[in-house]
Amino acid sequence: MADKILQIRNLQVTFDTPFGQVFAVRGVDLDVEAGELLGVVGESGSGKSVTFLAAMGLLSSRARVSGSVVLAGEELIGKSSRQLRSVRGRIMSMIFQDPLSALNPVHRVGKQIGEMLQAHQNLTNKQAAARAVELLDIVGIPQPDQRSSQYPHEFSGGMRQRVVIAIAIANNPKLLIADEPTTALDVTVQAQILEVIKRVQQQFGTAVVLITHDLGVIARVADRVDVMYAGRNVEQGSIESLYDHPSHPYTRGLLASIPQPGKGRLTPIRGFPPNMMDPPSGCAFRTRCDFADSTCEIEIPELRTFSDLQTACLRAQLLPSFRMKQ
Amino acid sequence: MSDVLLRVTNLVKNFDVRRTKNSGAKKRTVQAVTNVSFSIERGQTLGLVGESGSGKTTLGRCVLRLIEPTSGQVEFDGRDLGLMKFEELRWLRRKMQIVFQDPFASLDPKMTVGASIAEPLIVQGVPGSHSDKIIELLELVGLSADHASRFPHEFSGGQRQRIGIARALALNPALIILDEPVSALDVSIQAGILNLFEDLQMKLGISYLFIAHDLSVVRHVADRIAVMYLGKIVEIGDQETVFENPTHPYTKALLSAVPLTDPKAERARTRVILEGEVPSPINPPSGCRFRTRCWKAQDICSQEEPMLTIRPSGQLSACHFPES
Repeated sequence: MADKILQIRNLQVTFDTPFGQVFAVRGVDLDVEAGELLGVVGESGSGKSVTFLAAMGLLSSRARVSGSVVLAGEELIGKSSRQLRSVRGRIMSMIFQDPLSALNPVHRVGKQIGEMLQAHQNLTNKQAAARAVELLDIVGIPQPDQRSSQYPHEFSGGMRQRVVIAIAIANNPKLLIADEPTTALDVTVQAQILEVIKRVQQQFGTAVVLITHDLGVIARVADRVDVMYAGRNVEQGSIESLYDHPSHPYTRGLLASIPQPGKGRLTPIRGFPPNMMDPPSGCAFRTRCDFADSTCEIEIPELRTFSDLQTACLRAQLLPSFRMKQ
Repeated sequence: MSDVLLRVTNLVKNFDVRRTKNSGAKKRTVQAVTNVSFSIERGQTLGLVGESGSGKTTLGRCVLRLIEPTSGQVEFDGRDLGLMKFEELRWLRRKMQIVFQDPFASLDPKMTVGASIAEPLIVQGVPGSHSDKIIELLELVGLSADHASRFPHEFSGGQRQRIGIARALALNPALIILDEPVSALDVSIQAGILNLFEDLQMKLGISYLFIAHDLSVVRHVADRIAVMYLGKIVEIGDQETVFENPTHPYTKALLSAVPLTDPKAERARTRVILEGEVPSPINPPSGCRFRTRCWKAQDICSQEEPMLTIRPSGQLSACHFPES
């Protein structure tokens, strides 16, 4: 077993709202191994972003977070914001869907990269500027010298996302969390950005968590996958196993919903995701599951080893075998 | 059955852009749609794909004359929309409806679902009380009669999209333009909506112009595919022909950019990764508009604009050096 760079145990996140409590994350267990690319997949509201925002300590004070997040041997939950600031950008970084709102419109991009460098390293302005140009080159921006002194509005969407990646990897972090980094981009540009992320992982040994709703994106770049539903992980495993013989009814449902060449009629998952103010008792997926019985209402399923996957389903061993319709 | 319901010929839409400061008084033009021609047969689906800025949404709106085309012809059921007076056009719009991408923006939050669905009937002056029709439409799209008295905020995204579809169906249209109808939805919900389109087409014989950027969705629903790049159709043909034997380099690159959901197949294939991004439609490249990103481009591509030409496998594509 490789080293674990991130270990999340029983993470719970609750938001207080005027309408009541929202149970966004309800006991997530998750490991990220050093240097791997972990894909986290789930639909809107599944808690995938909130899990990692909580791990980064980026949630507002309205959120109540409990459980354990250990980053490179250090417990993060309970740390002061000052302590967290020294971790963020140095040991782990995060990039988001919209690169324009992640950049400051009135500063040159070279300066913004330099700022990140100088926050954690003792560099002169000149050294930081030189390193910024190097970083722009690493993320594949042509003519990095000149581009470094331009402003964000002079960059296209794909180029902006590259700048954001350059900032995130400036201090050579051990973990890069990418939250829907290509969702706002066109497919041809998405392909370019995924290449950049994969290259960062391979060239610098950075572990990457790629959060997305797109199973195709995960199939392209991830080593392992974690599937989330209603604030919990429902299945984890290697990419080959998970796509070949998913055990959890939700994972199966997701795969059966995707249009594929030669596949006939689609099989949608019936119903819709639960209201997270009042999630169903027991297994949250049972209300949409074809295999649920009365036991599913009582017990919350934990992740258990099932063939070569970790699956949180009480009835996993009773399910018929599953093959993707080709 | 091969009768043409919609025929679009040499459609052009330019938008004028005025810059006030710095750039002087020079008027510039965005060439959003340039010389686009295609047709849709009754009961068929044409999938229109392209990246953002390729002009696919503008094209969809020009077809309905929701925006006035600069030039070109749109014939619906043999009648030229461009020659029609407003009243006549309004009457004909019964037969052509549109469903938008964002089901949160396309329904009035202060109107009950039933009132939203009945609105086209009222606008078009269909007499009588519409309550039976509303129930029939709700059931047709997989909702139930008691949903009519509720408000949009009580529904999920997928259900709202169904309401939008029910509204589009109210006047028994022959053509529905679907502008990114599932891209705001989660996959598990999206599948149900795609099945609904399929069922409605079978039951009612509707034609669709299905505009989307997601190629796997388009492949699933469309009989024919048109690929747009910077305002022009670069390839058009039967769904299977275009996907199996793309002849335009852009189509090839676009297909290769879409990740497959089978990791083994995904990792085994060779990919064309395009460099750069779509150029500005204000000053599109001369000759072939794709040449600035094309790996096959030669001198001729900047001088001479390639015309849509029939290829051995049956589709049309506009390229000097087509793939075979």
